[in-house]
Amino acid sequence: MIPEIGHFSLILALFVALAMGAVSVVGGQQGRAEWMAIARPGAQAMWLLTALSFACLTYASYSNDFSVVYVAAHSNSKLPDIYRIAAVWGGHEGSLLLWLLMLTSWMMAVSIFSRQLPDVMVSRVLGILGLVAVGFLLFMLITSNPFLRLSEIPADGRDLNPMLQDPGLVFHPPMLYMGYVGMAVPFAFSIAALLNGRLDAAWARWSRPWATAAWICLTIGIAMGSEWAYYVLGWGGWWFWDPVENASFLPWLVGTALIHSLAVTEKRGLFRNWSIVLAITAFSLSLLGTFLVRSGVLTSVHAFATDPKRGVFILLFLSVVVGGSLALFAVRASKVKSGGSFALVSRETFLLVNNVLLATAAAAVLLGTLYPLIVDALNLGKLSVGPPYFNAVFTPIMMPVLAFMVIGSYARWKSDSVAELTKKLRSVAIISVLLGCMAPFLAGEWSWLVALSLSLAFWIVLGSAVQIVRQIKDTAHWKSTPAAFWGMHVAHIGIAVFVVGVTLVKGYETEKDVRMAVGDTVSVGGYTFKLTGIRTEPGPNYKADVGDVELSRNGQLLRTLNPEKRTYFSSTMPMTQAAIDTGWTRDVYVSLGERLEGGDGQAWAMRVYHKPFVSWIWGGCLLMALGGGIAALDRRYRKKRISSKPHAGKGVPA
Amino acid sequence: MKKALIPLVIFAVLVVFLAIGLTRDPHEIPSPLINKPAPMFIAPILQTPAEKFSAKDMLGKVWLLNTWASWCVACRQEHPILMEFAKTKTLPIIGLDYKDQNTEGMKWLARYGNPYDQTITDQDGRIGIDFGVYGVPESFLIDKAGVIRYKQIGPVTDEALRDKILPLIRELQK
Repeated sequence: MIPEIGHFSLILALFVALAMGAVSVVGGQQGRAEWMAIARPGAQAMWLLTALSFACLTYASYSNDFSVVYVAAHSNSKLPDIYRIAAVWGGHEGSLLLWLLMLTSWMMAVSIFSRQLPDVMVSRVLGILGLVAVGFLLFMLITSNPFLRLSEIPADGRDLNPMLQDPGLVFHPPMLYMGYVGMAVPFAFSIAALLNGRLDAAWARWSRPWATAAWICLTIGIAMGSEWAYYVLGWGGWWFWDPVENASFLPWLVGTALIHSLAVTEKRGLFRNWSIVLAITAFSLSLLGTFLVRSGVLTSVHAFATDPKRGVFILLFLSVVVGGSLALFAVRASKVKSGGSFALVSRETFLLVNNVLLATAAAAVLLGTLYPLIVDALNLGKLSVGPPYFNAVFTPIMMPVLAFMVIGSYARWKSDSVAELTKKLRSVAIISVLLGCMAPFLAGEWSWLVALSLSLAFWIVLGSAVQIVRQIKDTAHWKSTPAAFWGMHVAHIGIAVFVVGVTLVKGYETEKDVRMAVGDTVSVGGYTFKLTGIRTEPGPNYKADVGDVELSRNGQLLRTLNPEKRTYFSSTMPMTQAAIDTGWTRDVYVSLGERLEGGDGQAWAMRVYHKPFVSWIWGGCLLMALGGGIAALDRRYRKKRISSKPHAGKGVPA
Repeated sequence: MKKALIPLVIFAVLVVFLAIGLTRDPHEIPSPLINKPAPMFIAPILQTPAEKFSAKDMLGKVWLLNTWASWCVACRQEHPILMEFAKTKTLPIIGLDYKDQNTEGMKWLARYGNPYDQTITDQDGRIGIDFGVYGVPESFLIDKAGVIRYKQIGPVTDEALRDKILPLIRELQK
């Protein structure tokens, strides 16, 4: 009964979405107030129905209702409670339902935090989001219904993929989807503005906090995915340039360009077409990511079970949404007048250059991701594109971005002079390069790539620090400094922290792959690991071999690490659970490999790593997200809401 | 106006490639062993491990080597198709029980039926390595001269059997 309610509310949601989408968009175009009035309640009804449907699937999974195909395939009665809930998004159909829940949640948020927007705008934005939801609802109901029943009820479920039985599954997909789907909101604002024909500063101010909010979720979601891969895959990597990782990284790159471009559009009325294209692209890349993951056109560790029908549907949907938007853009873009001019040396120029570089980086990553598919389509053979390509292409594009972002934050709007900028930045530049070139000596080994990257990191931090000090000293009421100022600097420092992490891990990590019997020791990075025993321990739905590894430094015992090798009852593939001692300046990482035969006694393959500053990678991402959060909470957006002037700003999503 | 069309054009090209991509299977990697002599292995027979099967004995015949295992879920999906195919007595089918326990393998055959003319075991996966097996099921069609002519990755499907394997068998048996 419960699954049928879930199924039925999805069908209802489809009809509400169709009616609400069509009526609000047409109402907006024809200026019919009574038609536009359906937008907010319609969006809220869609959220309620989707949430009900989601709750039904969660209940089915939680209560072990194996008559539901999806639950039988992705859950098991021995699965711990929390994973029975997370199993809801552990497969294709359920994760689509999560997608939809996120989309309607954003719609709900727009319907609540849009009091100060003109009704025409709200009804168009919500209507467009409703129509996007129609596509996904149809997709689910036609090809991927999570509520289908089995005629023969199995005694137990097939269990959730052991790889997914991890706290990472609880947080990573919802956060990532929140970011992915959130890109639909600035997209809807852009389409609404194109329909309206008025792309003004107000439009940019309205979409800015939404774009930032989506970007924050995406940043955190990607960082969590990376951290998860780091400890669960057991070989210490944190980014693999896997097609699915790229699919989430592409909207991030374009989203980063978008939030900066919107800043210029809001402040100076420039780059309007550019902002529109970026907003459309960011969401298109989210849709493309969905296509790549679920159609089976690329091989990836993340791939869902695939079905050609699904691929065809998403491709059609993608063509309609993106093709339609870009066609609308082609028709309307010529009507957009540029708002003013700017000199060659100005903040606008630096922002533009960085935006172009970010877009280029995204294009390069997209090309690398799709290259195997393109080559195959042209009958030139089968190949894969791996990290060597991405590292070789991506790093040189991003280096200048790091250099320019500081200059951009110093440069004045409209026009500045090289002499002025040089005067302000000369000492920062000299100190950064000196520090950057000296720091590698501390690590014992100098390389120009490390020196260059560290110089850039110092450049960003010192550049921000000088501005912050000046702001506090020179401004009479420094406490009235806008939140946007702090947000920008926190996020920029986050990038520097990230760069330090990446550079030092890449430059100085050490690892050893050894055969160890009980009593053996191995040293890496100044730490000594001693295997003192291996025991078997039962888990709720697996059996684990747990190693006791004593970690010591200079003869002093620090702690015992317990790497595990788990064998789940439902799968023959063993899972590695690395043991990591995390620190501010280094991680020490042990993973237990295969049991080795031969010789006397038991021996195990062990991998030990010393990873300097690796946690800075995720710390940097969190700082970026925090900076975004501070900027999105800028009083500017809230103050406008309190005053009831028409066309004023809008609230901030919680 | 013209410049504004650029994104649309790029997108259209992308869609064309994605559409072609949909018709391909990225998992279908051509085996380097195609048109190369099959490894001439000798292996114990599942039911009577004391007896050995030699691939050399198959020279002069067109035969199918099908790798399977009792722990393999996809093999269960493939099995009825092989059972039907075996009834047609088109060619000898040799089953290779890959990285499996003999008792489990025999139980599996007793339960789901035995389509194989001979079943041999490969407990340590050595033969699998020689054939470049990286997942079960995989099937190899070997001609009279002992050359691998076709490799099916994943379960043998009705379509693959009808459209690719059977026509090739007929041609090779001539």
